Amino acid sequence: MASANLKLESQRKEYGRALLEMGAKNDDLVVLDSDLSVSTRTADFGKAFPDRFFNCGVSEANMVATAAGLAMAGKTVFASTFAVFATGMTYNQIRQSIAYPSTNVKIAASHAGLSVGPDGATHQMFEDIGLMRGLPNMTVVVPADASQTYQATYALAAMKGPAYMRFGRADVPPVSDGHEPFRIGKASVLREGKDVSIIATGQLVHAALIASSMLAEHGTDARVVNMSTIKPLDTGVILDCARKTGAIVTAEEHNVVNGLGDAVCAATSGGYPVPVRKLGLNDTFGESGQAEELMVRYGLTAEGIVDSVAKVMKIRQ
Amino acid sequence: MEHSPGTPSVSELRRIARDVRKSVIRITNAAGSGHPGGSLSSADIMTALYFGLLKHDPKNPHWEGRDIFILSKGHAAPGYYSVLAQAGYIPESELMTLRKLGTRLQGHAHTGVPGVEVSTGSLGQGLSIACGIALAHRLDGRKSRIVVLMSDGENDEGETWEAAMFAAYRKLDTITAFIDRNGIQNDGFTKDILDTSVLEDKWKAFGWNVITINGHDFGEIIHAYSTSLQTKGRPTMIIANTVKGKGVSFMENNPSFHGKAPTADEAAKALKELDRTD
Repeated sequence: MASANLKLESQRKEYGRALLEMGAKNDDLVVLDSDLSVSTRTADFGKAFPDRFFNCGVSEANMVATAAGLAMAGKTVFASTFAVFATGMTYNQIRQSIAYPSTNVKIAASHAGLSVGPDGATHQMFEDIGLMRGLPNMTVVVPADASQTYQATYALAAMKGPAYMRFGRADVPPVSDGHEPFRIGKASVLREGKDVSIIATGQLVHAALIASSMLAEHGTDARVVNMSTIKPLDTGVILDCARKTGAIVTAEEHNVVNGLGDAVCAATSGGYPVPVRKLGLNDTFGESGQAEELMVRYGLTAEGIVDSVAKVMKIRQ
Repeated sequence: MEHSPGTPSVSELRRIARDVRKSVIRITNAAGSGHPGGSLSSADIMTALYFGLLKHDPKNPHWEGRDIFILSKGHAAPGYYSVLAQAGYIPESELMTLRKLGTRLQGHAHTGVPGVEVSTGSLGQGLSIACGIALAHRLDGRKSRIVVLMSDGENDEGETWEAAMFAAYRKLDTITAFIDRNGIQNDGFTKDILDTSVLEDKWKAFGWNVITINGHDFGEIIHAYSTSLQTKGRPTMIIANTVKGKGVSFMENNPSFHGKAPTADEAAKALKELDRTD
């Protein structure tokens, strides 16, 4: 896990900051929320641009289809709530009114994954990436840290069409310096290595970097990839990992069913089959606890990744 | 309702609606599936809208000054496409491709068809989309009317009531919605499935201007629509009492024709009946 002296940063805060900045420059940017605007940080946009901010109340389905209507009439729309509601209460509205007609709506969901913490299983969403990546026309973005969240918000506003972005509640350590531009659909190789590849997304990218240092101490040279777009998937980087290292570990704060790991398996099986070990939530719901305690309990840690690397390398032999 | 020079008379509207009904029978029969019952019940409302009430231009479907129509009950696509063909958005010959491989005329209303603003079919979303469009128009200073045609079964959907609350709270008075209250949903009579009565009281309680009309009387449709245009500060719901399968004796009030096409024999009989109506 993150070492004590690392400065943790809020992804939500950076999402809200990007919206606020863009709102000043783009009169066609509108933002919707469903009664969680303080938590998702859309409230700052609402204070600055009250005529372009629509708090829909606890009505997620209406929020999503209203967002679609705003986009059909020419607006660039961000709609936010917690990931469990943003995708779980609204799947058919997203499917029919956003994905199918390719509406210019960006669903930006906070409180994704296990690190929601004490709120417990009903609020910990591990299935959202799967729901969204299964939709034609949908772009799925998972920024790894605060700075990437800020950049991704700009990138989503600049692209036309539907997109889903998810980030967590908990503050996370930085993995990017903010200088490298965020390009939707492009993964970044954070560390070169020849023995194994760790392809991670979200806050597990940081754990992957720590894991690579731990592995290096034992003579294993791991390549680390930040897969910040799940769809469209950077298949080129994945196949490059398969060819160069011959084994892959995926790491995500999401169910191992339908998430990044399955996307990577689909890419390798069709292009260059190698053993893949998927680290994530093992088809389970969560529970209450502090974010860091939960990540340890469910094995979503650097140690968990090191353990997965050992297992995948065993399979390869 | 002021009759501008181009607005047809009531007898002309009746003739168009009869042609729309005949088209519904022919094309659902040709498709072998589809939803004739709700197309027939809403044929007069859609005819009144496209031939008397909406500002629109079939030659320029994206004209900036147009009113926006959303068929929230997307299963009435056979009726909708027939009206669009009559209005000149699509060739009448294309109607026979309904539901067939490669067609633009998807089984439920689809934006690939010129004139169709919103793809629908999963009930309950049309009013929410109307809210979004109304909000965008308010920001942009556009004066278009946003018209939604809903089914009575659609009142079962929770999202309908989310949108009802939202539209009233946001004072979206550019929205005129119709409920095609034909009393029948997929599985049978609404009173036996999930009774939504008294609908008027529900919509009033949600803050809407509510008008009940006979949905087959063009005078009443036109008058209610005109009233909605004058209503400020709240959206209008026109609850139109209609007859499912209207115009064909054996389809009227018959739940089995909600989602079933007429056979060749039934279609021939239906067309004969419709020809006899004035």
